[in-house]
Amino acid sequence: MGTFRQHSVLPGFNLALGFTLLYLSLIVLIPISAAFVRTAELTLPEFWDVVTTPRVLASYRLTFGASFAAALLNAIFGLLVAWVLVRYHFPGKKLIDSLVDLPFALPTAVAGIALTALYAGNGWLGQYLEPLGLKVAFTPAGVFVALTFIGLPFVVRTVQPVLEDLEPELEEAAATLGATRLQTFLRVIFPAIFPALITGFALAFARAIGEYGSVIFIAGNMPMISEITPLLIITKLEQYDYAGATALAVVMLVISFVLLLIINLLQWWSRSRSSSSV
Amino acid sequence: MTAIALPLSVPSGRVRPVEESAWVRRSLIGLALAFLTLFLFVPLISVFYEALKKGWDVYIAAITEPDAVSAIQLTLTAAAIAVPLNLVFGVAAAWAVAKFEFRGKNLLVTLIDLPFSVSPVVSGLIYVLIFGLQGWLGPWLAEHDIKIIFAVPGIVLATIFVTVPFIARELIPLMQSQGAEEEEAAVVLGASGWQIFFRVTLPNIKWGLLYGVILCNARAMGEFGAVSVVSGHIRGSTNTLPLHVEILYNEYNFAAAFAVASLLALLALITLALKTIVESKTREKPETAGIQE
Repeated sequence: MGTFRQHSVLPGFNLALGFTLLYLSLIVLIPISAAFVRTAELTLPEFWDVVTTPRVLASYRLTFGASFAAALLNAIFGLLVAWVLVRYHFPGKKLIDSLVDLPFALPTAVAGIALTALYAGNGWLGQYLEPLGLKVAFTPAGVFVALTFIGLPFVVRTVQPVLEDLEPELEEAAATLGATRLQTFLRVIFPAIFPALITGFALAFARAIGEYGSVIFIAGNMPMISEITPLLIITKLEQYDYAGATALAVVMLVISFVLLLIINLLQWWSRSRSSSSV
Repeated sequence: MTAIALPLSVPSGRVRPVEESAWVRRSLIGLALAFLTLFLFVPLISVFYEALKKGWDVYIAAITEPDAVSAIQLTLTAAAIAVPLNLVFGVAAAWAVAKFEFRGKNLLVTLIDLPFSVSPVVSGLIYVLIFGLQGWLGPWLAEHDIKIIFAVPGIVLATIFVTVPFIARELIPLMQSQGAEEEEAAVVLGASGWQIFFRVTLPNIKWGLLYGVILCNARAMGEFGAVSVVSGHIRGSTNTLPLHVEILYNEYNFAAAFAVASLLALLALITLALKTIVESKTREKPETAGIQE
């Protein structure tokens, strides 16, 4: 234990680390542990009953299903957008590149009301979709649209730098060896960007699962049909059902931790891939 | 950059083996733009369209009425407290992580990122569990007549929580890539700790720092879920701008809701513009120094 840290001539280690740990503990770690401690007031069967009622299970299905579908759509189109931004030249490219980050910067409540206005029966898009039998606002499809919006930048921003760093020699070599452009893409380019693509997918998925602001406006929030798990936590809280709200929060926290772990492993994989190819 | 630009100036007409044909290129660009238009640009434009649909008078009235003004003030207050605190934290964390080697460093970096992966609703709830009436400190706080939940301190705490990682995660990789040689040289030359930080480290990290502050501020002013849980939605007192948007919207006062929302959308656009400028600054620097990979 004597080798807790390697020697350095620089000052300030104790102050910097001490402040970091104190701040993290007060703001993040102690409050999060409060959720786990409060849940321990329930017995295990009680906890299980709370987190597996039909209404809660329906909210999991919607939250995870819509998050997965939105992350999948973002993986496909995020790859396309990243490709187009890195490889091609077209007017307005710089502006579009900057605007890709809009979902990170736009408050979720603003996104929520904008999407609802667009997809409502009298909205710009809704008026054309509803005659086709496609109701988006106030249905689970609305949840999918909102989660697609907020997850949009993740795949673009993880794939883009990898695509920029890809060496043109690899593609030239493939072409010289007689590969078609599609073969080169599938066998040379795609394997190189795959770890980044999966990382972006996982980040978009993780973000979508916890999302609240943009979804509640467009979802309609009908129990069993279009009610997401974070909203159910708020509903329980407003009914002073602290134990129920906390139990659901613990489920969400555990899922977040698992996803965080997976994302860290993916990023490590992604980095080791790109550094071994150089 | 120049290495990529050169091969593209080859005479067109013949398809080069490492390029797609013109129609593939055009349809891919078209498809990408169609996706971005549908999911990004149309929603953004609709915010401003809906805000101004009923004219300037309605717009100006909506953003200058007393409840809106107090929401603007509270949003600015919360950001003015949260951003500097997270700035100090980010610098301290980055200094410890980037300039020193110690056990458990990876765990620490993961913990710093934790608030990003917690649902905003859960972020608010955990403070209710501590400071709420039924929380750990609830009875004591009630006895001393201190209100945190459903009051301004709760909003500030929730805002701090959701923005903890922004500045730290910009600075850590930046300071790691810069190493510690310059600071070590300063030590040898007899500089004190604060002198090293302000004269050597800070000039090197200023753009990364600014970048983190811009992103941190955008999230601090726009946070909805976490703040919603701890706010209690008391008009004119615990209402931030995003919460005010929700109240107006739920009252079917759409023009006013979108007017207030357009302020936040404008903030987002300014954030993106500043971000782009800072990015171009940081990209220029290594090129002029000649150490681009």
